[in-house]
Amino acid sequence: MTAPPAATPRLLAEPAATHRRDALAAHLERHGPLPSPSPHALVAAVEAAGLRGRGGAGFPTATKLRSVRGRRRTVVANGAEGEPASLKDAALLACSPHLVLDGLALVADALGATDAVLAVPDATGLRRHLAGRTDRVPVRVVEVPDRYVASQETALVRFLGGGPALPTPTRPSAAGTLVDNVETLAHLALIARNGPDWFRSVGHPELPGTLLVTAGGAVAAPGVVEVPAGTAVRAALDLAGGPTEPVQTVLSGGYGGAWLPAAAVDTPLDHAALRAAGSTLGVPVLLALPARACGLTQTAYLLQFLAGQSAGQCGPCRFGLRDVATDLALIAAAAPDAHLAHDRVRRRLGLVTGRGVCALPDGAARLAHSALRVFGDDLHHHLTGRPCRGAAAAPLFPGVWR
Amino acid sequence: MRLRVDPVACAGHGLCADLLPEGITLDEWGYPLLDPLLDPLLDAEIPADLLPHARAAVAACPALALRLDPTGPDDRRHGRNRRSR
Repeated sequence: MTAPPAATPRLLAEPAATHRRDALAAHLERHGPLPSPSPHALVAAVEAAGLRGRGGAGFPTATKLRSVRGRRRTVVANGAEGEPASLKDAALLACSPHLVLDGLALVADALGATDAVLAVPDATGLRRHLAGRTDRVPVRVVEVPDRYVASQETALVRFLGGGPALPTPTRPSAAGTLVDNVETLAHLALIARNGPDWFRSVGHPELPGTLLVTAGGAVAAPGVVEVPAGTAVRAALDLAGGPTEPVQTVLSGGYGGAWLPAAAVDTPLDHAALRAAGSTLGVPVLLALPARACGLTQTAYLLQFLAGQSAGQCGPCRFGLRDVATDLALIAAAAPDAHLAHDRVRRRLGLVTGRGVCALPDGAARLAHSALRVFGDDLHHHLTGRPCRGAAAAPLFPGVWR
Repeated sequence: MRLRVDPVACAGHGLCADLLPEGITLDEWGYPLLDPLLDPLLDAEIPADLLPHARAAVAACPALALRLDPTGPDDRRHGRNRRSR
């Protein structure tokens, strides 16, 4: 079987190679030695490559590096993966830990950092990879709480400083820390080796390179796939085995993402393209919703879960997500006063967005808004006492009941 | 001068809305909503005639969650942080 060249994995290794005892030797065999570019050359290569951060926001990595050069003491590889539906950072660290460590070393050297941290929810099996490496700055592997808000930059910085893993209004830079997603660093390590032209040879003009995408829901082989950025949503799901049953639409961006209108399932995986289609790329997670399911009911479950993930620090998030989740459940159940619940949800979503100190309330509100929009026909039926057939079904998506 | 709320520090005491009703109302959970005229999202300067009231509101906050920011437009979009990029 010959895979198309564009689908050749860059970050995900062959399963056979990943479990070898000499993972470092296998890594060097596959990718070659790690070069030591000057700070200027590294940033120039990352800029020419057009690398964007893979932690959700898609900010140009070179711009971020340039804004902090020479002013950071700590560099953090963020593998905390707070988005509950995403498995990509864990998959990357399981398959190619040395690419992440290479990227961390390159950035630490470029910034003259004195501290390098790999932050993960579970360090099992990771620390052994540090042996045999000759990084100038030794890497500390730090376990962070497995919770949505703990992955936020400011929460990580606070936690590494000895505090609770909770977001703060303080800029990470104020603590002398640069935080980059682990996948971003792995791409950076390949750009340093192979150059920007190689990096740009696959992907989308606005989002060069490959993406690690977590595919789930009604697909035959749920899990993490590596695809060229710009691959259509439907094509990415096909790489995860394709649909196991008729699918009505897809949730993109995970639980802090947005439902994609059914007609938009061929949208390319790119930040601007998905935004224009009414959804988001965010942390690339694609969850296929079966036709038999009720999108409003499933969204109500997700909001209930997200409300439980609130750290309770910011009032509008603490009380707003709870109240929105309660009212969405009334709508899902087609309760007699569901139209009142609907009015309250619309009002409160406006009161939640932009009023927290991290991305949680905004993401939850985005998800709820998209459900009211994409499942508009269903909503009308629920508000008039005629719920979907799947309205009483259990949660379909992972993590929601844990 | 621009008004800023630290949403973590804010405990919804609501004194600010009493002292600067022209600029601050409370949402249904008791947390301050800055008036569109003064909303940091819009990065509006506080009108000079309201400045004394704004200073009183800042001084009265038991949680020290409200402050006047003399710097220019906020490049951090409302002081929020993001996931690592």
